[in-house]
Amino acid sequence: MDLLQTYGPALLRGFGVTVLCWALGTLFGMTLGLLIALMRHYGPRWLNWIIQVYIEVIRGTPFLVQLFVLYYGGPLIGLRLDAVPAGLLGLTLYGSPYFAEIFRSGFRAVAPGQIEAARAIGMSEPSIVRRILLPLSLVSALPALVNFSIILTKETVILSIITVPELMYQVSRMSAETFRFVEANLVLALFFWGLVETISRLGRRLETRITKHLLERT
Amino acid sequence: MQASSVEIRNVSKFYGPFQALRDVNLSIPPGKVTCLIGPSGSGKSTLLRCINFLEDYSAGEIRIDGRMIGYEAPGRRMRGRALREMRRSIGMVFQQFNLWPHMTARENVAEGLIRVRGLSRPDAAGRAADALAKVGLADKMDNHPSRLSGGQQQRVAIARAIAMEPRLMLFDEPTSALDPELVGEVLHVMKALAGEGMTMVVVTHEMGFASHVADQVAFMERGELVGVDTPGRILHQPEDPRIQGFLRTYHERNSF
Repeated sequence: MDLLQTYGPALLRGFGVTVLCWALGTLFGMTLGLLIALMRHYGPRWLNWIIQVYIEVIRGTPFLVQLFVLYYGGPLIGLRLDAVPAGLLGLTLYGSPYFAEIFRSGFRAVAPGQIEAARAIGMSEPSIVRRILLPLSLVSALPALVNFSIILTKETVILSIITVPELMYQVSRMSAETFRFVEANLVLALFFWGLVETISRLGRRLETRITKHLLERT
Repeated sequence: MQASSVEIRNVSKFYGPFQALRDVNLSIPPGKVTCLIGPSGSGKSTLLRCINFLEDYSAGEIRIDGRMIGYEAPGRRMRGRALREMRRSIGMVFQQFNLWPHMTARENVAEGLIRVRGLSRPDAAGRAADALAKVGLADKMDNHPSRLSGGQQQRVAIARAIAMEPRLMLFDEPTSALDPELVGEVLHVMKALAGEGMTMVVVTHEMGFASHVADQVAFMERGELVGVDTPGRILHQPEDPRIQGFLRTYHERNSF
């Protein structure tokens, strides 16, 4: 109990930082991923080639290494970031190729006829993306988007190694100072379980809303 | 309503080495109904889709009221804005309806009015309601496509096109995906539209519709336009053996 009194506030603060990093990292990563997917969908071939290299590099290396390169290697090329912005940028870059691939497969699941119908009445491509392509691709992409967002919650613990004061960081500190490894990590597990459960509940609710009118299609 | 005319001159189209259209020539007079018939794979849908440039053509030209669609000059592609401008006055109805499933019938019809014609939401909703009433769906306006029958969905699709006040309507096998008992309601709406003097190009297997409503019927086979004439002469006294053969199989399939 003393333990909780001493470390409780720090743990809570850490959890707050974790949630914030996750939420912003997911938001930015998803946005960047969407942009990448759109560039692949509409852009010229050479751009597609560059994007493919980017995707392979990010997907082919561990997040830990990317973060090291960004945080400790960044200053060498004049990129000096504090721990939290560096962590956010890292999460954004790390998530973007996965999100991009999810959006891309979502785009492909939209019946071409529905895009053609929009073109045939003279809608502009930006309108088509916003009003037709995106909403319809979400139907198939949403479960995967939620799933990857959940995976990202657990990647946030890696931010502790570049001293982002998130939950893992606080838990490590607590266990190093008290040697109560079991309790400390139990707290970590409980917090994460709560977060993941909340996200997946929200995801399911969103899914029901989005697919409400799309069942029993002829 | 002002009706468009379409001139198709020496149009060819290739998919790689495969030639889908072979030097097609066809005049579509304003205010008239032209039916395109022929076996599947004969290029009639491809030709129709070239008219609003959903499909590009490799050679020749297609002019709508004198203006070439898709190209500024032979070989030079039209810019997106100019193409959209031309498409605004061309309505299209698809075999698979292609309604947007996440919108109600009324939203489907209003979408183009808002995004393309720049109408305010209330104005667009009002016009959408009028268009839906015209195709007999005033009571289904707030239904999503999943709650409509095929025939109703296709009528919403027609309303979506006519709400834009087109001067030319393209129909790509509009009744082929429908259960037989639902074909009539769609043809009925199309007949009414023809009666108003709309220029219509209809790819169809409904020989009855072609025979009764069309002003001219064009028969296509293997990417070639074999003949174009009045429905009487194409459907009842065809001279070309290819048309005779096609109609013979058609009659055999439909007799019992």
